[in-house]
Amino acid sequence: MGLEIMDDIRKDYVYDLVKSGQRVDGRGFREYREISVERDVIKRAEGSARVKIGNTEVLVGVKLDPGEPFSDAPDKGVIITNAELVPLASPEFESGPPNENSVQLARVVDRGIRGSEAIDLEKLCIEEGEKVWIVFIDIHVLDNDGNLVDAAALGAIASLLNIRIPNERYGLTGENTLPMRDTPVAVTAVEIDGNILVDPNFNEENAATSRLTVISNADGTLSGMQKSGSGGLKEEEIAEVVEIGIEKAGEIREKYLFS
Amino acid sequence: MDDRKRPGPDRRSVEISKVSREALDPVIMREFYPKTAIEVYVEILQSDAGTRTAGINAASVALADAGIPMKDLVSSVAVGKIDGEVVLDLDAMEDNHGEADMPIAMVARTNTITALQMDGRLTKEEFERGLKLAMSACHQIYELQRTALIDRYSESVGVGGE
Repeated sequence: MGLEIMDDIRKDYVYDLVKSGQRVDGRGFREYREISVERDVIKRAEGSARVKIGNTEVLVGVKLDPGEPFSDAPDKGVIITNAELVPLASPEFESGPPNENSVQLARVVDRGIRGSEAIDLEKLCIEEGEKVWIVFIDIHVLDNDGNLVDAAALGAIASLLNIRIPNERYGLTGENTLPMRDTPVAVTAVEIDGNILVDPNFNEENAATSRLTVISNADGTLSGMQKSGSGGLKEEEIAEVVEIGIEKAGEIREKYLFS
Repeated sequence: MDDRKRPGPDRRSVEISKVSREALDPVIMREFYPKTAIEVYVEILQSDAGTRTAGINAASVALADAGIPMKDLVSSVAVGKIDGEVVLDLDAMEDNHGEADMPIAMVARTNTITALQMDGRLTKEEFERGLKLAMSACHQIYELQRTALIDRYSESVGVGGE
């Protein structure tokens, strides 16, 4: 009960600010918080990255193991994405089996990478129908101050860009670099009172009723989208998020993936 | 899907449940039901792609049929891309070989989008065209949903009969 009252007060605060053209932390509507990407933080993983967007912090690790391909794609590698919302990251997170939020987080990140065909899965075939490389992308949310999707997606692609396939460990020969073809970047915005706010923090995310993630590629095409929340969006609002999404993804890609 | 789906909920179903709930939520007047859960069960009898959109369409009509106060019905359809063409409502074969799939749900009266997902690859122009196409299809589906409800109740109250 106490929490809900606090929430209403906070919601009103966020709304009132937005109405006067401001945000809780003084940012512009189209402005990201400070982003940092630190790579190779887990030595035992084939690739890893710790991404911070403001106080939001996500750790992504990528491991490669040989395994069986899917029967409908016997000559292609497999991507398996998992997200763990660890209890220490937010009072709302509990331990136990994945809930719908962690499933959605993993699936949206996965969708962006799959949709853009960022990983050349055909080159991950070891023996057709028998053995392929399985790429495990594990997302650990360490601190949730909103916009987990963008942080997780950035962490995933940053981890993937620098991977050495562990051929020797399994007595295999072949290409040692993970074949990457694209760099999908996710940009999320919420709608509050008809305004589009990029990179929502925790309070903004909770105050808003609709959130939209747009994942776009290096050539400006879209490779994934997901609306969530119990509200609706107008066609113009969606168009605005798409436009900002492509623009911001370009900036993030330039600054944090190729620097 | 040609493969047999394992029984029980998988991650895909978990996500579809969330998306479907959020698609319907904006029209349901939950304020009339404090401390109450409205449970909606969607059972897919046969899957030939477009299951979540069919589920949302059916659930919306079923909620109205159950007498739950709603601001409007929710209508849903997917658009996709095959061979570079933006097309409406992919079937399973088209979905497997197509380049993109984008299910949406919409409140027809206000043109408010309540569900939107996309996977595959679309240019911005293809996306915009696809969204328009899906929105106009939702208006068609909306009429069918309305007709279904009107038919059902004109029968049961016996309008014009007996």
